[in-house]
Amino acid sequence: MELSNKDLLAIRDLSPEEILLILDTAESMKEISTRDIKKVPTLRGKTVINLFYEPSTRTRTSFEIAGKRLSADVVNISTSTSSTTKGETLKDTGRNLQAMNPDLIVIRHSCAGAPKILADTLPASIINAGDGAHEHPTQALLDAFTIREKKKTLSGIKVAIIGDITHSRVARSNIFLLQKMGADIRVSGPHTMVPPFIEELGVSFMPDMEEAIHDVDVIMMLRIQLERQQHGLFPSIREYSRFFGLNLEKLKKAKSDVLIMHPGPINRGVEIAPEVADGPYSIILDQVTSGVAVRMALLYLLIGKGNRESN
Amino acid sequence: MVLLIKNGRVLDPASGLDDVVDVLVEGQKISTIAKGIKPSAKDVTVIDAAHLVVLPGLIDIHTHLREPGHEYKETIRSGSLAGAAGGFTSLACMANTNPVNDSASVTEFILEKARKEACVNIYPVGAITKGLKGESLTETGDLKAAGVIALSDDGHSVKNAQLMRRGLEYAKNFSLPVICHCEDLDLSAGGAIHEGTTSAYLGLRGIPPIAEEIMVARDIALCEWTKHPIHIAHVSTAGSVRIIREAKARGVPVTAETAPHYFTLTEEAVTTFDTNTKINPPLRSARDVEAIKEGLKDGTIDVIASDHAPHSSLEKDVEYDNAAFGIIGLETALPLTLALVSQKVLDLKQAVGKLSCNPAKILNLNKGSLRTGADADITIVDLESEFTVDVTAFKSKSRNSPFHGWRLKGHATHTIVSGTIVFQAKN
Amino acid sequence: MADSLTRIILDKQDINRTLTRIAHEIWERNRGLENLVLIGIRRRGVSIAHRLSRKLQEIAGISVPVGALDITLYRDDFSEIDSQPVIKKTEIPFSLKGKRIILCDDVLYTGRTIRAALDGIIDLGRPMSIQLAVLIDRGHRELPIHANYVGKNISTTIDELIEVFLEEDDHIEQVIVIKGHKDGTQ
Repeated sequence: MELSNKDLLAIRDLSPEEILLILDTAESMKEISTRDIKKVPTLRGKTVINLFYEPSTRTRTSFEIAGKRLSADVVNISTSTSSTTKGETLKDTGRNLQAMNPDLIVIRHSCAGAPKILADTLPASIINAGDGAHEHPTQALLDAFTIREKKKTLSGIKVAIIGDITHSRVARSNIFLLQKMGADIRVSGPHTMVPPFIEELGVSFMPDMEEAIHDVDVIMMLRIQLERQQHGLFPSIREYSRFFGLNLEKLKKAKSDVLIMHPGPINRGVEIAPEVADGPYSIILDQVTSGVAVRMALLYLLIGKGNRESN
Repeated sequence: MVLLIKNGRVLDPASGLDDVVDVLVEGQKISTIAKGIKPSAKDVTVIDAAHLVVLPGLIDIHTHLREPGHEYKETIRSGSLAGAAGGFTSLACMANTNPVNDSASVTEFILEKARKEACVNIYPVGAITKGLKGESLTETGDLKAAGVIALSDDGHSVKNAQLMRRGLEYAKNFSLPVICHCEDLDLSAGGAIHEGTTSAYLGLRGIPPIAEEIMVARDIALCEWTKHPIHIAHVSTAGSVRIIREAKARGVPVTAETAPHYFTLTEEAVTTFDTNTKINPPLRSARDVEAIKEGLKDGTIDVIASDHAPHSSLEKDVEYDNAAFGIIGLETALPLTLALVSQKVLDLKQAVGKLSCNPAKILNLNKGSLRTGADADITIVDLESEFTVDVTAFKSKSRNSPFHGWRLKGHATHTIVSGTIVFQAKN
Repeated sequence: MADSLTRIILDKQDINRTLTRIAHEIWERNRGLENLVLIGIRRRGVSIAHRLSRKLQEIAGISVPVGALDITLYRDDFSEIDSQPVIKKTEIPFSLKGKRIILCDDVLYTGRTIRAALDGIIDLGRPMSIQLAVLIDRGHRELPIHANYVGKNISTTIDELIEVFLEEDDHIEQVIVIKGHKDGTQ
């Protein structure tokens, strides 16, 4: 079995079987990162470009380490969107990169759908590392991997996603993925940051965070962009933290074996209290470890074979 | 120049005529409409219109011709050719050119260009406020004298309600109808698509229906107060239809238009991230589409306009968020409207009313009717012939249509402006 | 496939006898030595390694640990193959440093799998030595690789396919040669 597309643009494009293949492959990949020599020759001679239009340390590093552990050559390009609004378009940039024959381009961009432009234009494989508020498929895959590792299954588990749903690509990808794998999802957050038609995505909306978390297996906290306050989406950080932040007191209402996740970077003391982030239920750092394994799996599955055109 | 159109089904909603008769055009006017006209002179051009329908020339109340200023997207000439190919004999062109059509000199430039280069009638729409900035009124009387037939800040709402009120009151002196682009800019700020299921899926910022409806309601209130007629441009939501319907029932002098994409496509078209689905107002929900059709059927919506908005690849071949709003429509408006006839939403007479007689009435043009002595603006249509939309063959300079590759039925075979055949379909 | 001929070359008893002999040979050659481990190449090499471990326990009373090696990530033929192999886990729950490794596989053919396995093992740590045990050696080597323990040498033509079935993996137990197979890829 292999992936049916040359690209990974959105969880929406993946079948449950493909998701399982990625997670299973990641499980095999995870062992490599525990070795003294954390490198296998699989992608020797393959070139991976990290094309980041938005600043990101974690995701870019994770892809870079994943590529290097598989012996791919990894090149990082960071560029600001503003410099590209005039002059060179994303397509131009893509065509220029393609002229250097990369095998795979990892792209992060502030505009939803930007990775699709590259995927439609270039023969190289494209991985979406986050596009606007659209999707962040590798984050959802690593979250699912981490949950499965701890809970042994994704089917039937209850997950609460808390925070700024409207602007969160992490929330969207997680909703689509966990749903495909049979999980039961609810979201919670201020009405101002939850899309009015969220229930059409097949999730329930519980405005009261305590109600949302009381019976779930997993609590997924989202990062709140502090500048949203200026746009009138919430009145103050203090109030946000009081009603939608996860602290020990709220955690008392949750199940005793609940897992706490966060895609990072965390705003300590805002959406998550330090005692919770560092506490026994937190699997935030496991998520980071899983990230490398999942991205190794994706690199292998997308470019760990001959040129598709010639097959 | 004598033109004889024989054996066609002549349909003129304005006069109630619907019969197989011949139409004789002498010079720029229709001279006779009767059965079995025999050509008298020798140099008569005869069009055999058997199995075709002969309609009053179509009038597009809402076109962007981009000249002056954005000639790489469209010119008065290319836009007029596109209009002719789509069956339009008259185009009302919006003021958001560069410079903005907010002074008599720009209006004169457009009309001069049109006289030299356009193959259809061009009617400039002047700006309500200088530079479309919403700060101070244009010299409306001057504009009227130079030839504008309506006022509009299309592309923007006049944000300041007091200024909009003054604009309506002042336009009243010169009997210029005001075309209202209804959008609350605070509610729509940053939005790219309809705020609904698709925006929830795609994470693209939404433009809520209320951004339109609040302004429709405001402008209707101002219209009712000033008693000066307004025409609501590109109605896209169920709520707007309801508000307009209620206003009309009260006798408010409001008319309204929609564009073919608002009754043909839903927000779902956006899921491919095709920037040719990015329009303002955005493609709405299936529920809105149904309401638009209902509004067309019951007469709440008087006009179908193309809102032809040409953009080049520079504006469209980019990320969805960064793409310009707007699609071209002159060459697809007629078949998409005829699809409503096939769907039994409208009968043919109503459809022709919305493409010809009603816009003529709103703009106070002495057109939109086939009768002896009228301007010989005539569109002959083959209702049955099917074709595949090919944007590369469009007469427009731009290619930004979401309908490329669609199979459509019905198109203009001949477009006649003032007695001259300006377009003839290849067959 | 219409003209293919299938021939059984080892049955269940033959396989058992052969592995017993190999276990004896291993014991002979490594008698008194410490740090012996068995590493099976997935899939069937792992079953063979487990069986040899059990036999060494019976014969010599020594306990030899077994690890499983997946060589997919070390293959040199990614650009040649049409379908992508599914990666299985490498599970070697002990250090390889200073160990005497008996690498086990079912069929030795071109030698490329063993080359990949050697690379894989060396990435995991520096063993003292590596020996190779295979159930079948069918010839046609493309690399200078030689087995220390061979269950059975079979001379084959390139269009023949050797298939090993072991109960742990396949529910039946036999080794067959299929003739007239288009491509003898093992």
